[in-house]
Amino acid sequence: MKKSVKVAGATANYVDERTGAAKWLKKNLTKVFPDHWSFMLGEIALYSFVILLLTGTFLTFWFDPSQREVVYNGSYLPLSGVHMSAAYDSTLHLSFDVRGGLLMRQIHHWAALIFMSAIVAHLFRVFFTGAFRKPREFNWLIGVGLLTFGIVEGFLGYSLPDDLLSGTGIRIAEAILQAIPVVGSYLSFFAFGGAFPGTAFIPRIFIVHVLLLPGLFLALITIHLMLVWYQKHTQYPGPGRTEKNVVGYPLMPVYMAKAGGFFFVVFGVTAFLGAVASINPIWLYGPYTPGQISAGSQPDWYMGWLDGLVRAAPPLETHAFGHTISWNILIPGLIIPGILFTGMALYPFIESWITGDKREHHLLDRPRNAPNRTALGVTSITFILVSLVNGGNDIIATHFHLTINGIMWFTRVGLFVLPPIAFVVTKRICLSLQRADRDLVLHGKETGRLVMMPNGEMLEVHEPLSDAKKWTLTQHQLPEALPAPLPPSATVGLKGKIRARLNRANAVQIPAATLTDLKELGDGHH
Amino acid sequence: MSNQIERFQDPGLPEHVHRNADVDPKAEKRAERQVAVLFLLSAAGTVLTIAAYIFIKSDKYTYLPVMGSTNIQQLFLGIGLTASTLFIGLGAIQWAKKLMPDQEVIAERHEFRSEEADREDFVATLKEYGGSAGLGRRSLIKRSMGVALGLVGLSPLVLLRDTGPLPKKFFETNSWAAGTKLLLDPAGTPIKASDLEVGAVAQVLPELPAGTERTLENTGKDAVLLIRLRPEDFNLDAERLSWTHEGIIAFSKICTHMGCAVALYEQQTHHLLCPCHQSTFDVTRAAKVIFGPAARPLPQLAITVDADGYLVAKQPFTVPVGPSFWERNSSNG
Amino acid sequence: MKRISSFRRHRIAGPILVVAALFTIGTAFGVASALPSAQSTMTTGTSTLVSEGKAIFLRGCSSCHGLHAEGGSIAPSLIGVGSASVDFQVGTGRMPMADMSQQAMQKKPVYNAQETAALAAYVASLAPGPSSVTNESLTYERDGNSALGGQLFRTNCAMCHNFAGQGGALTNGKYAPSLMGVEPKYIYEAMVTGPQSMPKFTDATITPQEKLSIIKWLQAANHEQNQGGASLGRVGPVTEGLLGWVLGLGLLIGAAAWLAMKAK
Repeated sequence: MKKSVKVAGATANYVDERTGAAKWLKKNLTKVFPDHWSFMLGEIALYSFVILLLTGTFLTFWFDPSQREVVYNGSYLPLSGVHMSAAYDSTLHLSFDVRGGLLMRQIHHWAALIFMSAIVAHLFRVFFTGAFRKPREFNWLIGVGLLTFGIVEGFLGYSLPDDLLSGTGIRIAEAILQAIPVVGSYLSFFAFGGAFPGTAFIPRIFIVHVLLLPGLFLALITIHLMLVWYQKHTQYPGPGRTEKNVVGYPLMPVYMAKAGGFFFVVFGVTAFLGAVASINPIWLYGPYTPGQISAGSQPDWYMGWLDGLVRAAPPLETHAFGHTISWNILIPGLIIPGILFTGMALYPFIESWITGDKREHHLLDRPRNAPNRTALGVTSITFILVSLVNGGNDIIATHFHLTINGIMWFTRVGLFVLPPIAFVVTKRICLSLQRADRDLVLHGKETGRLVMMPNGEMLEVHEPLSDAKKWTLTQHQLPEALPAPLPPSATVGLKGKIRARLNRANAVQIPAATLTDLKELGDGHH
Repeated sequence: MSNQIERFQDPGLPEHVHRNADVDPKAEKRAERQVAVLFLLSAAGTVLTIAAYIFIKSDKYTYLPVMGSTNIQQLFLGIGLTASTLFIGLGAIQWAKKLMPDQEVIAERHEFRSEEADREDFVATLKEYGGSAGLGRRSLIKRSMGVALGLVGLSPLVLLRDTGPLPKKFFETNSWAAGTKLLLDPAGTPIKASDLEVGAVAQVLPELPAGTERTLENTGKDAVLLIRLRPEDFNLDAERLSWTHEGIIAFSKICTHMGCAVALYEQQTHHLLCPCHQSTFDVTRAAKVIFGPAARPLPQLAITVDADGYLVAKQPFTVPVGPSFWERNSSNG
Repeated sequence: MKRISSFRRHRIAGPILVVAALFTIGTAFGVASALPSAQSTMTTGTSTLVSEGKAIFLRGCSSCHGLHAEGGSIAPSLIGVGSASVDFQVGTGRMPMADMSQQAMQKKPVYNAQETAALAAYVASLAPGPSSVTNESLTYERDGNSALGGQLFRTNCAMCHNFAGQGGALTNGKYAPSLMGVEPKYIYEAMVTGPQSMPKFTDATITPQEKLSIIKWLQAANHEQNQGGASLGRVGPVTEGLLGWVLGLGLLIGAAAWLAMKAK
């Protein structure tokens, strides 16, 4: 026996005698994971998080989270002699006088953007394929939590350097706090340790950014992954794939190599962006002071839609009994995001309430086979996208020769008009795709080859689909898998009527092709 | 034909197709070499990173297409790090794809719901062990515990009280008073009416009482924008007109929406624009909101000149400056 | 990196607009008569310069600005705007205006330096106003302080022209132009004359010395090297977010697709 194998054996023996790990590992090292690119989106988020921990730790070695005033005398000359906070000063030092410091800052910031994009893309995948259905509702809720905390964490992160742009962002956050009825001005004074900007805020958000929220992330991500592990991964429908099995590759060695390798790929791509593309060049923004501002002040994209909503809000305030309520801040800044996120969190329960479907689901839906859900998803995305466009309206205006007023009006109207249109159009597209699937199964693929029949008729040759393809296109909607029609008792009262209406809408589907259909067509096709 | 609808059948997992590397030893060797090359590229990347760290000075730049004049140290450190990580990843994945077993395996799933017997057992256990605490019987304990648990969260909340002082009148007040001199920002020098021509602007801050230091907290409420128009361009009532001086009008620069500095003055249209949320104010009509989300005009500061001809505030702001807050009495602006 | 280059490619629109603008000038304003005449003579005396300027003015400017530069319904009076204003407006090609749009755009100047000087001398002769300057007279390298200039810029200019002088949007389609590559004298003249939407910054509110500091800072911003790779236009988080989604997540999804593809 080779020496290395002997040592490994001895180590394994040592550990197992103390933990009994062999039994657990034997079972779990062969854990099966299905292979699909869209299953890697969550992994991108996970790996970005690890990169954020690594690079973030590096940054803390130099970053000084303090709003104490200092005079800059570092190597970036256009700012020398300027009064600034120690936070901004140390970020400049980190960027210009620590080798690789700027690279790490940029990787950290790019990783944050990719973290949020990957979470959102993962959310889309889970939503549109119905992966949130029983038994995975808990994981959906955890995911919504991670997204929410991610937005906060990102905002706090880019606020730390105390530059002119991020200070403006904090100013706006303070205005939101201040606008909360009854307790607003108190909340603002407690959060800032007195008047804005004060000297307490950056030290406070620093500890939230580097300890509290990352700790929370770590805990939530751990539960998220343990549930994925325990419940086994969902899979796309296809030959051999059923609700009772999972088809894929074993963790050891294939997935270890693929997932482990993918971590390095994510690191590489993030490092590449950090190497070649500038992000958050705080030295150009200058230090924060409330009397200054730059044209085109926007937050990072995951806050941009909120900023766009705030921009589009009507100038509404209530002035009564010596008090002021700023609807122009509360509605776009708190109420709409509150409704959106609550609705998102509750969606799995709402859907199962509508359909009456209480069964476990491990086979994913093809989005076209759940037209209402898909349409609802596209509707929400449309709403967010319109807001996001408005959040960058000044940059869009100058670069595409438009007017900010024009984009603003487009947004104000578009926020109400475009989402419903998106719903109708998406639903129709889904139903057309279902119809196309049915035709494809019954009539086969068009080959583009024309033949002349003995009677002179020209016909295109259709090639029948493979059995595997036929199965993939028709496996949904097994009679017992139809959304359950509700019993009459469940449709009483207003709530019941709404439920019945939604349930009916959900049942509008093009029936999948069956073998019977195919036989009835007989030899009329080719 | 039977009435039973016949569905397509699941043909089961397709037959496994062997990869080139599985059947052709040459292809296997080639795949092995590919993986090795990728790993070696990663090692080269690490060498590049270290070399860039040691040998490239931080003030060297080079011109590159698309990227412009770029710092070389940053670029090579980054490219080295990219290579050292990316190629490990690509190597590992290539290894898994080409050389590790690629036969799909099937694992069974089981319903998560426990067996009926287990569930009954659980309920029984719960009743037996939970019941032995007697929570159901001892309502005094139950209720008092409820009180205790309900209140326990209050103490940390109370302890957070000292995170900041009470706002008192902070949001209603600022440094402007009758006779306060207008000082240029950032120069800090006083300003005369003749210093501003028609179409000119100036960013000003109040002169603070001797011994008071200017803080960002003050600036956040005190910043003022001076604009000189032709007097005939004003469209103001008599009172507001009396707050101007020879066509010079002064507004709080702090947006009444969310507190950004409103300073984008278009001297032809006399519009003031806030770059944060694009509220637009009409200077000729006392900063009335003509577009965007702001609900109130920018507060106007009444100005005049002192004995030496310097611009001073005639009186303090008549309304609080900046964004709204609950205690703000907005019935008169 | 494709994204960035395509992002910048819109600037090709510039030259096209210039051509379109020149074409419009030719037709709408009958500028043919005002186009630089080949036999523009060298002049020595100021009065000759003024009269030459007046001749050009009558041919090329008076239809909008009035026969005596007193202004009209579509164009402002030029009495008292000074030679600085003429040098800026005509020297940067903003005047004569191509069309009656929101804003006169910078384009290839219609008049050469000689003719611009003549026009400037004529307008300056009407009433006193800010005088034009030359690049050489602006000793910003010696007398400016770029750190102070940066502070002044952020207080007085960045709100419209962006933190790095890249320009920004104003209301109803107007915009503050980018200051990149603009000659120092035009920046100086713009500050003292307040062209179009821009307010004036008098020598009392920003001293000549401070103006030199602003110019020095802007020159540094002009030559600001990219510390961290491609600048992405220096317009803040919008382009960063776009690149993060398109290139960052795009590359990673590509890698994921490769990872999940069955090997041959």
